[in-house]
Amino acid sequence: METSMDYASQTVQAWRRENGRVAVRNHVVILPVDDISNAACEAVANNVKGTMAIPHSYGRLQFGEDLDLHFRTIIGTGANPNVAAVVVIGIEPEWTQVIVDGIAKTGKPVAGFSIEQKGDFETIRQASWKAKEFVHWATELQKEECGLTELWVSTKCGESDTTTGLSSCPTVGNMYDKLLPHGLYGCFGETSEITGGEHICADRAANNEARDKFMRTFQAYQDDVIEAHKTSDLSDSQPTKGNILGGLTTIEEKALGNLEKIGRTSTYIDVLEPAEAPAKGNGLYFMDTSSAAAECVTLMAAAGYVIHTFPTGQGNVIGNPIVPVIKITGNPRTVRTMSEHVDVDVSGVLKGTQTIDEAGDSLIEMIVRTANGRNTAAEALGHVEFVLTKLYRSA
Amino acid sequence: MSEEPHLLVHDRKDNVGVVVVEDLAAGTDMLCRITEDNSTFRLKVLDDVPIGHKVALVDLSEGDTATKYGEDIGRMVGGAAKGKHVHVHNLKTKRW
Repeated sequence: METSMDYASQTVQAWRRENGRVAVRNHVVILPVDDISNAACEAVANNVKGTMAIPHSYGRLQFGEDLDLHFRTIIGTGANPNVAAVVVIGIEPEWTQVIVDGIAKTGKPVAGFSIEQKGDFETIRQASWKAKEFVHWATELQKEECGLTELWVSTKCGESDTTTGLSSCPTVGNMYDKLLPHGLYGCFGETSEITGGEHICADRAANNEARDKFMRTFQAYQDDVIEAHKTSDLSDSQPTKGNILGGLTTIEEKALGNLEKIGRTSTYIDVLEPAEAPAKGNGLYFMDTSSAAAECVTLMAAAGYVIHTFPTGQGNVIGNPIVPVIKITGNPRTVRTMSEHVDVDVSGVLKGTQTIDEAGDSLIEMIVRTANGRNTAAEALGHVEFVLTKLYRSA
Repeated sequence: MSEEPHLLVHDRKDNVGVVVVEDLAAGTDMLCRITEDNSTFRLKVLDDVPIGHKVALVDLSEGDTATKYGEDIGRMVGGAAKGKHVHVHNLKTKRW
């Protein structure tokens, strides 16, 4: 591999979508509006090879901010550049049309079908014909040369231990420090796991507006989630049992390791709602997310990120249906015991045989290979976790 | 670098370090490296400490602040002599 990459001129072979965004995957997705349309979506995906259903657990009787988040996540998933075309199926036509209209703004092909007054059989028949048409169309789309730094790359760590703060998280941070200045869009989040390091995170805002927005978001989480629902403390879940087994003792220690993911020089330009697409141009964004891996990656994918970088210590296995998740670990025991889940091994950082600068370049090389088509460990192993964030119970 | 470190320390201000090798046995004369400036020192570990777990770099007493990344990571709720294992049995967050 090159010793000194020219990050600005590095290219990848990828698809360019109707709205100009760069895609690293070319999925035709069968997307349910609601839980009770999962069966029809899975039947269509079974009929038409080369399509993928994305079943989930919600979408009925939600209201207010919770319904807004549901729509934003489902629309965002269909609108993600890694999705070439979408068949949407819902129980009734109105909400189905909301999803179709939202996705259609990208300019990509999208068609909606509703089950009421028709039943599963007729819906599946009609939707299957459309899905087949989309597969023929999508599979003829050609890749072209696109800039590496046109990509949108998100991050979230999981099953963290003390090695993540020493190796895999600063590896991601080094990647961001190198690529963000050349146009990359980045995203980090995990509001709960910033606890203990919120003063450091606040200081990494690019401007006062972003700083204030971060502190309001952080405080709202403390007040609305922790204070409202806590038992004695968060010590049973933050750090997690896995974190503690890995040597992490306190939430402060976990937060400081977590924040290594934003590197030495990177600053965030805005704070996003869950699943909100960035709107202030290229750069790094903080998103208000849960720290649960599948929820967080689902939200970042719905915001439009096309590759996810995932540092892990004790060994997390997560994937996503539409976004390749690149696993990075520096824990030599995890490399030994869970190698089928590891894409980038940076255990040399702990041994003193690899610098963070070299580890960062090895991650960038893996981002290029993933964009060019290499399936990640999670893709090869069929990890397609898609988990919606729910703000409160349905009506 | 011929000898691989047994323990890494983030910052010169830290009073705990992280074991980075498996099967570390009590009594081992550890090679310790501070990642901030690559300086090294040696320290005898007094417990069997698993990979990823922390070791006290100085004598720590109940009430002392543990420092890692150059930052406050919590309060000692039990003592830990230099070379002893530091974890949930003697260190707790100041938050809750």
